[in-house]
Amino acid sequence: MHSIQTRPSKRRGGCTNFGTCQVYGCANFPDMMAESFHKKALARELRPALSKDEALAEANRCLFCYDAPCMKACPTHIDVPLFIRQIGTNNPGGAARTILSANILGASCARVCPTEVLCEGACVLQDQHKPIQIGPLQRFATDHAMAVHQKILTPGSPKAGSVGIIGAGPAGLSCAAELLKLGYQSVIYEAAERPGGLNTYGVAQYKMTPEVALAEVDWLIDAGVTIRCGVTVGKDISLSELESRHDAIFIGVGMGAIPGIHIDGEDLPGVWDGLDFIAALKRGDREIFEVLRGARVAVIGGGNTAIDVVTQASRGGAGKVWLLYRRGREQLSAYAHELELAKDAGVELVLHAVPHRVLGPARGPSPKMSRVSGLELGRKLPDGGEKLETLPADLVIRATGQKGAKLTAELSVRVDGGKVVADALGRTSNPRYFAAGDCVSGGQEVVNAVAEGQRAARTIAEEVLGKLGGAR
Amino acid sequence: MADLSVEFCGIKSPNPFWLASAPPTNTGDQIMRAFDAGWGGAVWKTLGQPIVNVSSRYSSVDYAGRRMMGLNNIELITDRPLDVNLREISEVKKRYPKHALIVSLMVESRREAWHDIVRRAEDAGADGLELNFGCPHGMSERGMGSAVGQVPDYTCQIVEWVKEVANTPVIVKLTPNITDVTFPARAAEKGGADAVSLINTINSVTGIDLETLTPRPSVHGASAHGGYCGPAVKPIALSMVASVAQTVKIPISGIGGIASWQDAVEFILLGASTVQVCTAVMHHGFRVVLDMIDGLSSYLDRKGLSSVQELVGLSVPRYQRWEQLNLNYRVIADIKQDKCIGCGVCYAACYDGAHQAIAVRPNDKGRSTVEILEHKCVGCNLCSLVCPVDDCITMKRIDSFGEERLPWTEYSKNPSQHPHVRSNRHDQ
Repeated sequence: MHSIQTRPSKRRGGCTNFGTCQVYGCANFPDMMAESFHKKALARELRPALSKDEALAEANRCLFCYDAPCMKACPTHIDVPLFIRQIGTNNPGGAARTILSANILGASCARVCPTEVLCEGACVLQDQHKPIQIGPLQRFATDHAMAVHQKILTPGSPKAGSVGIIGAGPAGLSCAAELLKLGYQSVIYEAAERPGGLNTYGVAQYKMTPEVALAEVDWLIDAGVTIRCGVTVGKDISLSELESRHDAIFIGVGMGAIPGIHIDGEDLPGVWDGLDFIAALKRGDREIFEVLRGARVAVIGGGNTAIDVVTQASRGGAGKVWLLYRRGREQLSAYAHELELAKDAGVELVLHAVPHRVLGPARGPSPKMSRVSGLELGRKLPDGGEKLETLPADLVIRATGQKGAKLTAELSVRVDGGKVVADALGRTSNPRYFAAGDCVSGGQEVVNAVAEGQRAARTIAEEVLGKLGGAR
Repeated sequence: MADLSVEFCGIKSPNPFWLASAPPTNTGDQIMRAFDAGWGGAVWKTLGQPIVNVSSRYSSVDYAGRRMMGLNNIELITDRPLDVNLREISEVKKRYPKHALIVSLMVESRREAWHDIVRRAEDAGADGLELNFGCPHGMSERGMGSAVGQVPDYTCQIVEWVKEVANTPVIVKLTPNITDVTFPARAAEKGGADAVSLINTINSVTGIDLETLTPRPSVHGASAHGGYCGPAVKPIALSMVASVAQTVKIPISGIGGIASWQDAVEFILLGASTVQVCTAVMHHGFRVVLDMIDGLSSYLDRKGLSSVQELVGLSVPRYQRWEQLNLNYRVIADIKQDKCIGCGVCYAACYDGAHQAIAVRPNDKGRSTVEILEHKCVGCNLCSLVCPVDDCITMKRIDSFGEERLPWTEYSKNPSQHPHVRSNRHDQ
């Protein structure tokens, strides 16, 4: 049916078809090579770094708008025209200062922000031009700053008061950095082995690798942010202990696992939580590449996490990927540009599809990594009826919205539907507790978490720490 | 199709595009390749007494990501032996009899030296001579180049010496490094020159290496002022060409930052009958002439003109003194809202940099909606200049002051017509 065309390339040392031969069964493709191929494909950046010449040319296209729309569209209100002008005057260090003073995670935001709907989407150069590539320019400046170990922030003069921060994700890191700038101490307690939260474990690999996320956190640690990893609040340290150690508590725990969909066969080992799946790919687990190789994958969901899962599965070596969504195209919450990305990756979108039963188990490549033998689903018909179908899926991945984090329910703050109830300034129902990021919003962008974490830090400083008085 | 051929003070050329005396005309090989590419003429790199050059000779000014908006050089006249140049000149002329081959000359200010070099150049077959009274560096310190061009009496004297023996037309190349370029232009005409060419390069320092603190180009940790050319100098050159066109009767060869057919047309409109190009070729090679020829030809056709000569000087009458301009003429800015992209650049420019005549408010798209405050607009053009969208801001004429022409010389408040001011002037 399909002829396999290999395109030899000296640089890559072989075929560059990213595993299409796997789908059609090329016998000459060594396993090891497949794995390293797919790891490379997974991390191949959608928007690669700009060279200095490219950055200068792009910076010089910027109009330096008055009251710039890009700046207003950014949740952290980075002075975009100024930092672009600084790149244009060959002052990348100054550009990085401008970015980081507004957004301490400017390096990761440069990579993971949906700029198409934020700064670049607001750029006035749309109709007759192309928007300025703000994300890549921001990356150019922050990459430079990271490479020369530029100081990320200047701590404020030390003041009395300490904050316990739960979670070293974007909200917690941003809160800690802002407190440090204001002169207050904090300790971040992180349950995972490494800091960074979704930046490290959950962002699609082609947007950002864990190495970059961790390097950014190291940069903050060098500046004075304290993080204790592998410490689970409520287990390794009690909440009352935390309260006695700190004057205020900031909750930045994010959201929890993806909930079950309550269908038969859901507990089979070939059914995955989408976030666990991405995390395993990002870790580079051997087994995940083995089980994925050539597999037909059904992904359930319609948000941006689902898109990350399908594109990652496709790049990671899957033979066929379906995206199953229970409603119509209009209700899909994924960004249009992300959906295009999935389609480009060969993903088949199946609308009005309700999963009924996972069939299996089936033999996988190893006893540890088994597959399923199919997914039974109902296709809603225009007349309201339903047509049953069975997809020959080898793996099923849930990528619907996350449920609340486990810890959230244990906190003495008001919680609604698994989310901490907090106002725009980060205040919860408990005057000593503040919260921001995904655990409040239910799941938004990194840049939102940064903005909210920063605002909460200011609220904590003003309403709790500022009242303690005195220097440290 | 319009006729692009020109006759410049008796020198025939298939088109008005000549290579200026500079590195692109250093050798016969280059000039022959240039003629093959389409250039109508070339001015051979200046012949004179043997010199030595420094290494590291050019430096440039980049602007907004574009390379070489301005180019500076501290190179001297030809460093090739005179007899080699003369042999190549005669060979080129033999092979390309219909192209214009001018030889640039510069020797010490002695009558015999000039007589000798003129005879040699003409014997080699030059169609004309260009006296280099413009070079601002290296040669001027030795009493040549701009050292001559800056003193009208010297200019006149040397032109007279040259004219004593020259059988071909004599073009005097003028330096811009002088307060009023019309003085040496008049001196050249008085001495008997058949034409002038301008401008030569402008004294310049293109910049400094901020790490080593050495101005560019660095010659072992130091530099000297160079001659500036390229697109950056075009407006200065246009102004000087226009002033000279209003002063002398002899033809003008226009030089200074010409990189396109539009640039060339502008020089011709202000009085040049041929144009000379250097930097554009040093940047992009000889092929740039293709679009110059095509563009000029199309332009002449579009304007219904049959030859380049008909275009020469058409804008000169419109280049006037400020006091002759009509004070009753008034324009104000007009913004086409459907074209506006809401960048607010015009607002920032007008509010901070001009006359506070634009109002701004954020619109529902998060962008800026701007509006001209007509009662405050003085018609300065700035907003229309900074607007990034073509034809979005234009200047429209309003007739609030009446139709009658009113130059400043006739303006009732003209202070120079005030008796008190006049008497003060007499006192000085």
